[in-house]
Amino acid sequence: MEKQTATLEQALELGLLEEEFEQIKQILGRTPNFTEVCIYSVMWSEHCSYKNSIKWLKTLPKDSPRMLAKAGEENAGLVDIGEGLACSFKIESHNHPSALEPYQGAATGVGGINRDIFTMGARPIAQLNSLRFGNLNLDKTKWLVKGVVKGIGDYGNAFGIPTVGGELQFDECYNINPLVNAFSAGIVETGKVASAISYGAGNPVFIVGSATGKDGIHGAAFASKDITEDSIEDLPSVQVGDPFQEKLLLEASLEVIATGDVIGMQDMGAAGIICSSSEMSEKGGHGMDIWLDKVPSRQKNMKDWELLLSESQERMLVVVKKGEEEGIKAIFDKWDLNCAQIGVVTEGGQLKFYMKDELVADVPAESLVLGGGAPQYEREYSEPAYYQEYKKFSIDSVEEPENYKEVAEFLLGHPNIASKKWVAEQYDSMVGAMNTSTNEPADAAVVRVKGTDKAINITVDCNSRYVNADPEEGCAIAVAESARNIVCSGGEPVAITNCLNFGNPYNPEVYWQFVGAIKGMSKACEKFGTPVTGGNVSFYNQSSDEGPVFPTPTIGMLGLMEDYKEKMTLNFKDEEDLIYLVGEAKNCISSSEYLYSYQEVKASPSPSFDLNEEYKVQQGIKALIQEKVIESAHDVADGGLFITLAESAMAAGKGFDINTNGNFRKDAFLFGESQSRVVVSVKEEQKSRLEALLKENGVTFSRIGKVTSDSFKVDGEKYLSTQEARSIYEKTLPSALN
Amino acid sequence: MKFRAEIDIMPLKEILDPQGKAVKLGLVNLGLNQVEDVRIGKHISLELEATDQEEAEGKVETACKKLLANLIMEGYTYKVTAL
Amino acid sequence: MKFGVVVFPGSNCDEDMIYVLQSIMKQEVVKLWHKDTDLQGCDFIVLPGGFSYGDYLRSGAIARFSPIMEKVIDHANNGGYLLGICNGFQILTEAGLLPGALLRNKDQKFICKNTYIKAANADSALTKNLNLDKAYKIPVAHAEGRYFASEAELKTIEENGQVLFRYSDENGNLDDTFNINGSLNNIAGVMNKNKNVFGMMPHPERAADNALANTDGKAIFDSILSYIG
Repeated sequence: MEKQTATLEQALELGLLEEEFEQIKQILGRTPNFTEVCIYSVMWSEHCSYKNSIKWLKTLPKDSPRMLAKAGEENAGLVDIGEGLACSFKIESHNHPSALEPYQGAATGVGGINRDIFTMGARPIAQLNSLRFGNLNLDKTKWLVKGVVKGIGDYGNAFGIPTVGGELQFDECYNINPLVNAFSAGIVETGKVASAISYGAGNPVFIVGSATGKDGIHGAAFASKDITEDSIEDLPSVQVGDPFQEKLLLEASLEVIATGDVIGMQDMGAAGIICSSSEMSEKGGHGMDIWLDKVPSRQKNMKDWELLLSESQERMLVVVKKGEEEGIKAIFDKWDLNCAQIGVVTEGGQLKFYMKDELVADVPAESLVLGGGAPQYEREYSEPAYYQEYKKFSIDSVEEPENYKEVAEFLLGHPNIASKKWVAEQYDSMVGAMNTSTNEPADAAVVRVKGTDKAINITVDCNSRYVNADPEEGCAIAVAESARNIVCSGGEPVAITNCLNFGNPYNPEVYWQFVGAIKGMSKACEKFGTPVTGGNVSFYNQSSDEGPVFPTPTIGMLGLMEDYKEKMTLNFKDEEDLIYLVGEAKNCISSSEYLYSYQEVKASPSPSFDLNEEYKVQQGIKALIQEKVIESAHDVADGGLFITLAESAMAAGKGFDINTNGNFRKDAFLFGESQSRVVVSVKEEQKSRLEALLKENGVTFSRIGKVTSDSFKVDGEKYLSTQEARSIYEKTLPSALN
Repeated sequence: MKFRAEIDIMPLKEILDPQGKAVKLGLVNLGLNQVEDVRIGKHISLELEATDQEEAEGKVETACKKLLANLIMEGYTYKVTAL
Repeated sequence: MKFGVVVFPGSNCDEDMIYVLQSIMKQEVVKLWHKDTDLQGCDFIVLPGGFSYGDYLRSGAIARFSPIMEKVIDHANNGGYLLGICNGFQILTEAGLLPGALLRNKDQKFICKNTYIKAANADSALTKNLNLDKAYKIPVAHAEGRYFASEAELKTIEENGQVLFRYSDENGNLDDTFNINGSLNNIAGVMNKNKNVFGMMPHPERAADNALANTDGKAIFDSILSYIG
């Protein structure tokens, strides 16, 4: 090769470690040139190689009879849902781009996750998102929220897949680093799944979709660095999303896959052409010759390494059976999309990249990828002092409030609890005409699978305050709450995807949080039989001034219903229906919104939680739904029992009248967030069946009151009318953001 | 003194302009095959009070930088004339 | 009756419309690709919702020049039935087949929610069977749905009885409070003078299936079939 060799300084500059530079020399048997160093720097970045997390990710449960593709094998997990169909689903972060340009950052996040789904041949049917921002009173937060929501909406709406749910949490810890996690799920016939693989020497390699520009060069490396105020200045450019192009790419890709002439296909996300070509080649045990000058480019005079690393959106790499080129080209032409042959599959595992006739890089595919030659590190971790400190909290140190009505109003209007309508109404939640939640809300989104009676139940969940207080318990709770949501909506939990948002992994206390979260996730997933199908790790969510964000392992859970008509809703139905609390009340206010925000006590452990108890409660709820005993089910989460009751009442335009229990502190009973509790309503005549079924399942329960017409009453005292409650509940976000 | 500013905000050259791309496709459908490199921006006109040309231009510059253009992805040009 | 649903690049409610016409209304339906120039003998053409050409420039402005539109315009001018929903409505106003224009919503945001609409008269294929006192729950999903027409044009539309639907509350009260996007005279849908071309922003195809617990939109399709039958 004629190119000049690279120096150690250049390698360090690009984020490689000295030992990694040495390793590259060993692999190549020579000193790499600049292009090759660029290649290794992005492929061995945290973003692509998971080098600091993979050891622990491997410990997560991955098996279940339903798994068709295990974690890491394909672009997204693939779960058998019966009748010859599979569901492909995944969640992914776009935190760092969103922090700098919230609109485009969030939009391209939505684009990326959907490409992961349809590159497998699955048609996306539902999207969700999980968002975290700082203090809502800050102008910066408002700017971020508006930009992110508009970005998700404009992209998802035009792409034409409904956004059916999500979560939104505010905390000061996200003031500088917001989290934007996007989820998508799609359906594919099991026989028509496309794989991210390349084989068969002589088969042509195509690039399709948008032309390549200098977008996000070093974006992948960029995501692996702390944000400082200066990085706004060094951002070379912003990736602009084009949902119109994505929609065309979706239709064209599915049409191309249906021909049966596609060997493999992978979307281009982080690290562009180099990532797709190396991962597909490694998986198929072949190599490629790629002529970079044949890549359709948007900008003139692009350098070889720019073409290799560009993260321009809405592109795919497709390997096609030799001889079928014309048919494939015709389909992309029909959809007005670029489709250019840029290379061929070769024997052996070598990737050779040419610019005109010059060989500019020559590297073994295997050496680049996760699970192959990419480095894997074990990081040190140590328990931070705050952990034991938080555990010392005692409820006795907090005085009971004098005015319960005031607490009720405070919580209803708190941004973490208040209605998220301001956000949800900016998303098209109904396109596809399969989302059953529009007119019948439930704890999880329930989306029908076209052409069958089946539905999938989906939810995204993570209370990061709990995870911060206790990573292991907190993350187990996130899984448990997801499962509870699925169960309360009538589904059977099937599998999860995760988005692991943490601070700097080189900080042992941050890494301790990461390890704890993985352990908690493992044990909870084992218990619920929900393997981890994949997901994404986002480290470095921290700034030099403010430290790391709360550890936020967002769980996206998939559930399944054989018959969508078995769905359970969360709204109360009729006056005089009895209200039961299923699960045990506890004298616990730890890490509740009430304790944290109203009492302003920040140091307390995660709320009371027992995995076995949780499992039993869920079995009990399943039985009640299957036997058609109950009218509504809604799990107790943020804001405690009172907020759960309020939500079920407001969704129905009804009220409730309940009594607290003298065995517990009233604030703990009403506002505590101890886990494994569900509020159900039931007709008087079903009372004995309900009680019998719960006893049979060994589940604690208590009758706490009944559904009324239009006010919230506790122990005979009227707290507020349903209408007053609704106006408080619905006012918070619009008044902060309009 | 009163001045009028005519401001053009355009997406930066190196950045993808999906709108321009789709409009080009539409123009081709109309039979205008010769059209190339369509880019779409905004035109903003405003009037302002300032003591002289220099101050007026300074104010317009600030308006562009702080609000009218998103410097991460847009560039701007303007012409300020005394009324 | 044979329905044809036009698919533009960026259409995304085409499949929902086909599903309702075919599976629920039991009608013959074909897809018409925007690059084609043959309407395949369809009696009733539907321009579905979505984001044709990404809604770039102005919603509907580019799709209006798609090859098939020449034939669609001929079809309408010859008295053939033509319905545009949401983006389809926008395309029809851009093409000059329906009066007025659809501007950005008054609060500048995309809005997706259930709304209530009331039929303004029973003198059209879409509204023939509707109860004029009832508010129908039909969802909207758009960023550019604020109906606008010049004063003179608006007067003509009203006098000719060309208004199809108006936004209302759930009891059918017509008040500006329930005018979700700021449309003139609460207008949610209009037709041409000859009453064969229709446009509406709300999506009846999203409210026609029992499985979604709202079938108010089905009444509109029933009406079409009974009127034209």
